[in-house]
Amino acid sequence: MLWMARKAFYGHVPFPLVHIDTHYKIPEMIEYRDRLTREWKLPMVYGENKTALDAKQTFPDGNVDRITCCRLLKSEALKNTLNGDWPRYRFNHEADEYQVDKDTEAYTGVIVGVRSDEEGSRSKERYFSPRDTENTWDVGDQPPEFWNQFKTDFAPGTHVRIHPLLDWTETNVWEYIEKEKIPTVSLYYDQGEGKRYRSLGCGPCTHSVESTAKDVPDIIAELRSGKFANIAERSGRAQDKEDGGGLETLRREGYM
Amino acid sequence: MLENMNVVITGHVDHGKSTVIGRLMADTGSLPDGKLEQVKANCARNSKPFEYAFLLDALKDEQSQGITIDSARVFFKSEKRHYIIIDAPGHIEFLKNMITGAARAEAAFLCIDAEEGVQENSRRHGYMLSMLGIKQMCVLVNKMDLVDYDRKVYKSIVRKYSRFLRNIKMHDVSFIPVSGMEGDNIASLSDNMSWWKGDTVLTLIDKFKKEKAPDDMAFRMPVQDVYKFTAMGDSRRIIAGTISTGTLKDGDELAFYPSGKMSRVSGIENFGGENPDTVSSGMATGFTMTEQIYAKRGNLVARAGEKQPQTGNVMRVNLFWLGREPFVKDKEYILKTGSERVRMRLFDTMKVIDASNLNSDGMKKMVERHDVADCVLTTQRPIAFDIVEDFPQTSRFVIVDGYEIAGGGIIREVIRDNQAEYRDKVMDRNLKWDIGNITRDKRSEAFGHRPSLVLVGGPEDFRKAQYAKSLEQRLFDEGNKVYYLGVRNVLAGLDADMTVKRHHLYPEDREEMIRRLAELANILMDVGIILVATVSELTYDERETFRMSVSPIEVQTIWVGSTDGSDVEADYTIEDAGTAEDHLETVVKLLKDSGVGK
Ligand SMILES: Nc1nc2c(ncn2[C@@H]2O[C@H](COP(=O)(O)OP(=O)(O)O)[C@@H](O)[C@H]2O)c(=O)[nH]1
Ligand code: SF4
Repeated sequence: MLWMARKAFYGHVPFPLVHIDTHYKIPEMIEYRDRLTREWKLPMVYGENKTALDAKQTFPDGNVDRITCCRLLKSEALKNTLNGDWPRYRFNHEADEYQVDKDTEAYTGVIVGVRSDEEGSRSKERYFSPRDTENTWDVGDQPPEFWNQFKTDFAPGTHVRIHPLLDWTETNVWEYIEKEKIPTVSLYYDQGEGKRYRSLGCGPCTHSVESTAKDVPDIIAELRSGKFANIAERSGRAQDKEDGGGLETLRREGYM
Repeated sequence: MLENMNVVITGHVDHGKSTVIGRLMADTGSLPDGKLEQVKANCARNSKPFEYAFLLDALKDEQSQGITIDSARVFFKSEKRHYIIIDAPGHIEFLKNMITGAARAEAAFLCIDAEEGVQENSRRHGYMLSMLGIKQMCVLVNKMDLVDYDRKVYKSIVRKYSRFLRNIKMHDVSFIPVSGMEGDNIASLSDNMSWWKGDTVLTLIDKFKKEKAPDDMAFRMPVQDVYKFTAMGDSRRIIAGTISTGTLKDGDELAFYPSGKMSRVSGIENFGGENPDTVSSGMATGFTMTEQIYAKRGNLVARAGEKQPQTGNVMRVNLFWLGREPFVKDKEYILKTGSERVRMRLFDTMKVIDASNLNSDGMKKMVERHDVADCVLTTQRPIAFDIVEDFPQTSRFVIVDGYEIAGGGIIREVIRDNQAEYRDKVMDRNLKWDIGNITRDKRSEAFGHRPSLVLVGGPEDFRKAQYAKSLEQRLFDEGNKVYYLGVRNVLAGLDADMTVKRHHLYPEDREEMIRRLAELANILMDVGIILVATVSELTYDERETFRMSVSPIEVQTIWVGSTDGSDVEADYTIEDAGTAEDHLETVVKLLKDSGVGK
């Protein structure tokens, strides 16, 4: 997504990049985020649910179940970071550190990388998906989209999610990474132990899969014909499974 | 590597789309491991019979209602291709979702229940598919098990539906008798219908032809944006957009419509790789130009020497309506085509067709939800597009009512009377105008000069206003009835309902602001005075609006400051705004020669 933004704007990124940090992300993911931020001079911003983290209202701390933890650390943090109610931390390139962002104006839209092949509810998404002020998603009554014309007129207070990768598959993503030589996190590759991550999230809730794919071409080969051809990408993500509809419940409430 | 193809499956509700797809997936081993068992176990637990359709119903509310409400995508692989099969809802309530799904497809399946036969939405969907531009279709006559696999039943549906398809000019169509429930002719030929030796769903899907990329058509690119970077010392001015048809090469001569201004490509730009020499249809690209002409979002770019697009503001179209509120005259809408956005109105409905049976009603004067119509639209200013016979891609438009996309259609022809809507509006206004006892002519006689409109355009700065005031003074001293009107005065009063953000209005507000200013100018013309009005960044289209509104009075245009990026040919241009006062004499003389003032 970031690469495409740079491609679309010829190396410039004319909007902030927002990361919702649960503080349980695998550390290498955060290193990767900050390395690219510095290298490409990116307008990087992160948000978090400080209250829940301080009160240890999390699943890894053992105080709440997965769905509640995700709701607090992701959905709530996302909502309040987007609307500017909670502090945003913006990378200051001169000071070389994150500082509280003075800009607290609500973001009226967000561009997200969800894909229809990820799981059931995402296959119903639109490219331009309006959410009301509560961030809720009305699956039954979505705007029509055809001929590359999208809903771009919104009542005041509407928030829009834009999904440019909706029709990409997991294989397409890796093919694009190969074609454009996009830098990636080494967690995706087998480091010799016969294990790698197929999807990255919070450390405590993401499991590696057995695979000996060591580089991008290996992964593409594995996805096209290998053993993963019929297993969902997010099968290593525990929160999707919680009650048979975990991700869908979360998504209606604003989860990506 | 296998090619990709999107195929949509449509049909009247309950005619069996989901079942057919579920069956196709199951019988070809295309389901994720364990999915079939999981769904079966779920059914057993809730003691309801297993349905192949459940496989697709990933969402809870859909299962409880038992109907497809939105297009779900499923992935399916044959030996030849990767397919995305779009399961479009058949219920009329969800027509807009069906269209959303179908518009992404290159080919379509349509299910007809053998027992129920051709129903309302069988026809409606067929009609929509043809309007959406889908050329290949396969009709699945489903539930053959319910009619004892009777060949006659199948034949009679084929005959009836073929007749309908011929009417709507859908030619590339095939038929297969199937049973989704029993798996007949889905993945393999069925013994139950030994009379059928044709294709199965599985063999037919691979026979759909891949549409050729429209590279050999004339070049068309709607301008998405004009980038002027300031950061990181980047001084390129890049025209960005996605090519809808044709090919663009470095050095090509281009024309920008609706103004028709020309320039040449000085380089095609790319990030993260070599700059290409050629780009073609479907690619999102950007290029720089040798001459910096005025271009903006909404323009349509064509290549010199190829067929050029149409321009106009009155067009005959075919459209379908999805909005809750009907499409009516006397209401303003927004039309979007390519990257263009413009205010528009329904001028007249020629024919409203009930898409479910193709009966038409020539007298109906509005287009209701789910109707299809043949009508004439007018846009507030001329725009660029193609007609469907030439280039379907750039003939397509949608209509926005309030905040929602409420309709879509294709442009069939331009009605060559550029000012029809305005003339009409102006005529209407003039008819309704209650004139006092003193006519325009009497006023001209009393004042010793005719009413005139002088527009002072230029970049966003204070020079224009200064100059316009000097001009006012000068004309006044010579005994003319003259009035200076700064655009700022209008913004603060007449346009107080509009939001000004960093000196700029939203494009539609800007159009409305110009319309109001033009109406005000018209009143002042009636008063009989010379109006000197400033308009920052005046464009060609906007001047046309003034012209039409104050017609038959001639509009004079003076440009003060840089003409970079302007598409207006002014009557007089003062490039160096610092020396404007020196030109006062010449300008006054020029105005007098054109009949302004005494
Ligand atoms: N007997 C019979 N019933 C079918 C067949 N295909 C679908 N059905 C039934 O028709 C109903 C509607 O099917 P469904 O696939 O949900 O229809 P959709 O609304 O077009 O997706 C379900 O109860 C199916 O079991 C078939 O080939 N034979
Ligand atoms: S993925 Fe795990 S740790 Fe992360 S927010 Fe959800 S439950 Fe909490």
